[in-house]
Amino acid sequence: MSQKKPEKLIDENDIRLDGRKLNEMRPVKIEVGILGNADGSAYIEQGKNKILAAVYGPREIHPKHQALPDRAALRCRYHMAPFSVQERKSPAPSRRELELSKVVREALEPSIFTEYYPRTAIDLFIEVLQADGGTRCAGLTVASLALADAGIPMRDLVGACAAGKVEGRLVLDLTDTEDKAGEADMPLAYMPNSNAVTLLQMDGMLTCEEFEQVVNMALEGCKQINQLQKEALKAKYVGVKEAEGKKEEEGEEAAE
Amino acid sequence: MSSIMAAKVRQRRIAQLIARGKRLDGRESTEYREIQIEFGLIERAEGSARVRLGKTEVLVGTKIELGEPFPDVPNEGVLTVNAELVPLASPTFEAGPPDENSIELARVVDRGIRESKAIALEDLCVEPGKKVFIVFVDVYVLNHDGNLIDASALAALAALTNTKMFNYEVKEDEIKIKPGYKPLPIRNFPIAVTFAKINDKLIVDPWLDEEQVMDARLTMAVENDGKICAIQKGGYGYFTAQQIFEASKIAQQKAVELRKLVVKD
Repeated sequence: MSQKKPEKLIDENDIRLDGRKLNEMRPVKIEVGILGNADGSAYIEQGKNKILAAVYGPREIHPKHQALPDRAALRCRYHMAPFSVQERKSPAPSRRELELSKVVREALEPSIFTEYYPRTAIDLFIEVLQADGGTRCAGLTVASLALADAGIPMRDLVGACAAGKVEGRLVLDLTDTEDKAGEADMPLAYMPNSNAVTLLQMDGMLTCEEFEQVVNMALEGCKQINQLQKEALKAKYVGVKEAEGKKEEEGEEAAE
Repeated sequence: MSSIMAAKVRQRRIAQLIARGKRLDGRESTEYREIQIEFGLIERAEGSARVRLGKTEVLVGTKIELGEPFPDVPNEGVLTVNAELVPLASPTFEAGPPDENSIELARVVDRGIRESKAIALEDLCVEPGKKVFIVFVDVYVLNHDGNLIDASALAALAALTNTKMFNYEVKEDEIKIKPGYKPLPIRNFPIAVTFAKINDKLIVDPWLDEEQVMDARLTMAVENDGKICAIQKGGYGYFTAQQIFEASKIAQQKAVELRKLVVKD
């Protein structure tokens, strides 16, 4: 099975294949706390991307030699389901997945007060159920929410978004087709409160000026993502608070 | 190996000095260690080079074999980069399957070469969809004293410029290797420039002790025309957007400087 490559990815009115404007993000849907067993979990749909993240911990670390004397060890596994892409992907971790696990871990670690839990493990699992470009960013976004849902003390939420260059134009949030046919793709993760870029990668070719524009465009995307992250957390926890409030009221009425 | 206490004291000294704009080994913040490149040390390899970056030492050998192309690019040869953190190079390296550090190293070196289109891969096609040449770039770290990425990228580029291609002819669907060689078609020379952030300041080419105190690492690969062709952030810290822009400008200057060591015009 192979998909036919379209001739033009951006039309004369600067509209992309999926109807988006150049600096427009794909529709995002986020849910927090959707898995029963995990200490924290979240799910994101960004365009056709569908990604689950779950956090276990802080918990006892195995094997013990991985324990760190002064902080928790954040361990991260980014993994793609065999059915998540056009050609079946072997479930064994690829070199790409191992690299992404590393950069995602390094992007999230600055946001966590790992020093509160020495000698423990915080295990983070990202499962890409369906992939359509930008999975490391969407995975990071949803992983940060899973950490928050697990109640782990954090400095900030980490939101991630890619920007790049397609057919000579700078665009936000590339799809798989745009990434493959385009000239450059730059994933970026950002903590807005500390003005900190915690993940930055790029492949492709950009001049120095384009590079600055793409960074700024990705930062804008990250800020939008951050808003959506906050709304998703509120949607769960404001709901929980209201339910708790109702229970208390009912309890008081019963006591009367 | 010196004691852990001595190392801790030295690391604190490094961090304090960098806060004042100085480095323990007396270098400027944007100054590389001494670089030596030797070409073609391994006769059995199609190409090879050894880079010494201060005490860091990396050997790269290239091999070329016939193989199948990837189905999505049937008309192009294949580039494969692999990195081995050989146990003899550092007390912290262990034998075994590649860990995430060696995979990251290989993939960052690969990204610079691939994205800058350094090798004319379409010239390596023998029979579209069936037979192409595969270029294996094997990075062998011999001594680890920091900044393996820049040393490896430089050694890989030097080895590629030194790589010989077979002469061949296709006769009745048979590929015949003919005597003699020609150089591998190289048309771009990507240079990796790596920064460490220590005490909120950027330095280039961190040596091992500096890597041990750095908050974060940033690598930018720059091609011939000064375009940025690959980026990788590493480490548990972060960068501000201003620091990233500053790094991109320094990387462009440094790339011109380093490229002269490989490309003699």
